[in-house]
Amino acid sequence: MKDIYIIAYAQNPILADAKAANEVELIMPVVHEVFRQTGLSQKDIDFTCSGSCDYLQGAAFAFVEGLSAIQTNPPIKESHVEMDAAWALYECMLKISSGDTESALIYGFGRSSPGNLDSIISLQTDPYYLSPLWVDRISYAALQANTLLQHGTISHDEMYDAIVESMEFAKSNPNALVSNAPSKEEYVAEQKLSTPLNKFDVAPVSDGASAMIICTKDFAKNLNLDHVKINQVCHNIESSNIGTRDLSTSTSLLDLSTKLNLTNLSVDIAELHSQYSHEIVFLKKLLGLDNTSVNASGGPLSGNVMMAAGLDCIGKTYEYLKSKDVTNGLAHATSGPCLQQNMLLHMERVK
Amino acid sequence: MIDAAVIGVGQTKYDSKRRDVSVGGLVREAIDNAMKHANVDWDAIDAVILGKAPDMFEGIMMPELSLADAIGAVGKPVLRVHTAGSVGGSTSVIAATHVTSGNFDTVLTVTFEKQSESNATWALSPKYPYSPHINAGAGGYFAPYMREYIRRYNAPENIGWIVAAKDRQNALKNPYAHLQIPNIDEKMVADTPMLWEPLRYLESCPSSDGACALVISNEKLAKGRKAAWIKGMAVRSEGTLSAGRDEVNPQGGQDCASDIYKQAGILNPKDEIDCAEIYVPFSWYEPMWLENLHFCDLGEGWKLTENGTTALDGDLPINMSGGVLSSNPIGASGMIRFGEAALQVMHQANEYQVDGAKLAMGHAYGGASQFFAMWVVGNER
Repeated sequence: MKDIYIIAYAQNPILADAKAANEVELIMPVVHEVFRQTGLSQKDIDFTCSGSCDYLQGAAFAFVEGLSAIQTNPPIKESHVEMDAAWALYECMLKISSGDTESALIYGFGRSSPGNLDSIISLQTDPYYLSPLWVDRISYAALQANTLLQHGTISHDEMYDAIVESMEFAKSNPNALVSNAPSKEEYVAEQKLSTPLNKFDVAPVSDGASAMIICTKDFAKNLNLDHVKINQVCHNIESSNIGTRDLSTSTSLLDLSTKLNLTNLSVDIAELHSQYSHEIVFLKKLLGLDNTSVNASGGPLSGNVMMAAGLDCIGKTYEYLKSKDVTNGLAHATSGPCLQQNMLLHMERVK
Repeated sequence: MIDAAVIGVGQTKYDSKRRDVSVGGLVREAIDNAMKHANVDWDAIDAVILGKAPDMFEGIMMPELSLADAIGAVGKPVLRVHTAGSVGGSTSVIAATHVTSGNFDTVLTVTFEKQSESNATWALSPKYPYSPHINAGAGGYFAPYMREYIRRYNAPENIGWIVAAKDRQNALKNPYAHLQIPNIDEKMVADTPMLWEPLRYLESCPSSDGACALVISNEKLAKGRKAAWIKGMAVRSEGTLSAGRDEVNPQGGQDCASDIYKQAGILNPKDEIDCAEIYVPFSWYEPMWLENLHFCDLGEGWKLTENGTTALDGDLPINMSGGVLSSNPIGASGMIRFGEAALQVMHQANEYQVDGAKLAMGHAYGGASQFFAMWVVGNER
C-alpha cells in the first residue's frame, strides 16, 4: 500500500433505539462532522465508500437511502460493501494506492434495534443445513467461549474482569451506550443466554453511524492537520464450516499477525472488535497485548453498531493516537461467527 | 497505475431454475470455468472479491461468510460488494483495483444470483418504515423513464421490439444464454401482452440463476498471452432524489463514460469502440444508453437501433451474447457484460465474435438509474 493517513473521524452517540431516525438522519451528522474537522466538502473527496447491511434495515437496497445523506450532485465516484465499514476503508486504501485517488470518505451505519438481531445474524450461516436451525450468534460465541474455558486459555474471572474494565473505560467515552458493570454477585447470578455467556458478556444491541476521511501524505500536509498513518493493513477469512475450525485459537488472526510481524511491532494501544467478554481476554493473549491498553473506549461491550463497529475500532485508535502521548496503535475488525473474518491495522502517530 | 488484464472468464449455464446445484455449487461452476480458461490454480489467487445484488434475493445474509470455502477464499482476503444492479460491473472494477493498487498480482472475482431460491419482486418491494410503499418492481419503476424517452424524441414503438428480437437472436448463438427462443422476430415480441407500457412481455429480461467469474492479473500472468487489458474503468453514483436529476439520461452515466474514454484515449467512441455489452434489462434501454454513453447525439439512439447499426453484423454491435434481455442473474449480469467484452477482444466469443474486435466496452447500471460501472478493454496493453 501507498502511505495512507487518517485525518478525521466522527461517531454518533450510540443509541439503544434510534426510533424514527432513518439512515440519512444517522449518517448526515457524522459526515458533516468529518467535513467540519477538515474544512473539506464532498467536492474535495475523490472516492466515497460505505459499509452497511440491508438485513439490519429489513429492506433490500437500504444503502441506497444512505446515499441521500451526502452530496451526490454532481455524481460522485462511490461504492458500497455489504460488510463492516472497516472493509469500506480497505477498498478506499486500494483506490488511493492505485494512484488516481487522493482522498476518500468512508461511512458505516447500522440499526439493529428494529429487528431481532439473533434471528437476523443466523441468516449468515449455511442456508441449507444451518440457517433452518436458526443457530444464533450468541450460541456460536458461547461455543468458542466454552472451548477456550476448557482449554484453560481463559477463565470466568478474566471474563468478568474484562467487563469491569470495559465499563470503567466506557465512563469516559461520551458516545458509549452502556458503562455500568455488574457486581460479581450480579454477574454470577445473571441467567445465561447461552452457557457460559449472560447479557453482561454480550455487546448491546445498538444503533448508530460513523464516518472517516483518509488521504495521501501530500493531501494531509496541505491541510496542515494532525494525521495518523496506517502503516500496514491485512485481512483474511476462515472456513464457513465451524466443525473444521479449531476454536481454541484463531488461525486467521495468527496468520495476520505473522504478516504484520506483530511480535516485533510496537503497540501502545489497541482497539479490538471484541463483541463478547471472552473475546477480549482471548484476543489480548493471542495477539500478545497483555501489557497494552486495550479498548480504552470501552470497546464493543459499551456499544456495538453493526457494520460500523470495526471502523469504530480504527477510528478510536486514531483518536487516541492523536490526543494521547502514545505513538503506535493496533486496530481490529471482525465479521462472521466466532471471529471467522478478521482485519488488523497497525497505525502510527505522525509527529 | 499498474496495468491489469482479464485472463480468464467463466460462466455458468443460465436458467430459470438451476436446481442441480446449491448456491455454492453455482458460484464454483463459474469459478472453475474462469480458472480453467485462465489456466491458473489456487496458489495463484491472492484475493477473492464477491459481488451480488441484495442478500434478500436469496435470503442469505452476507453470503461471503457461508461461501468462503466454495469460493476458495479460506486464508485469503475477501471483499463483498453490493451496489444494486451495477454490482457485477463495480465488482469487476474493484477486483481490478486490487491489482492496479500494486498489492495483488492475481485476483479472482465472482458474482451470482440464484433467483429460483427467492422472490426478487418481493425483495424489491419492501415496505420501509415511515415511507410511502411503492411496490413497483423493476419494470414498473423504469417504464416511466422509457415513456419519457419516447415522448422526447418521438421514437416509433417498434424500436423496443427490434432490440428484444435482436438480442434473443444473438442469444441463439450463445450456449450459456437462458432464453433460447427459436425463430424469434419483431412480430413475436409485438404479439406478447403489455406488462408496463411501453414494455411487452418479451421486452423484459427473465429471472435467471447463474454466476460469472473473472481472473484478473498484472503483467506477471497476463504478459505474452491472450488477455483483455483494461484501458479504462470507472464508477459513478448519484442520489435517488437529487433535484434536477434527469433519469432518462443520467449525468452519472455520462460522466462515467467520459471518464473511461479519457483514460483509454478514445475521442470518438462510436468509431473507435468495436462492440459493447451494455446493461439492457428492458428493450428501450438500448437506444437510451447509446445516447447516454456518447455513441450518438441525443435523439439519435433509436435510429442506430432501427438502421441495424447495433446488430451483430452492424457497425457497432451491442450485446452480442444476447445481453441481459436473454440472461439475468441480477448480481452477475454486470460482470457478464464486462466478461463478454473481454472475450470479444480475446477473440474467444465463438459464434458471436465480432471480427477483429480490438476495443470493447462493458457497462452496468443499477438502483433507480443512479449507479454506473464501466470499462473498456483492449487486445493490446
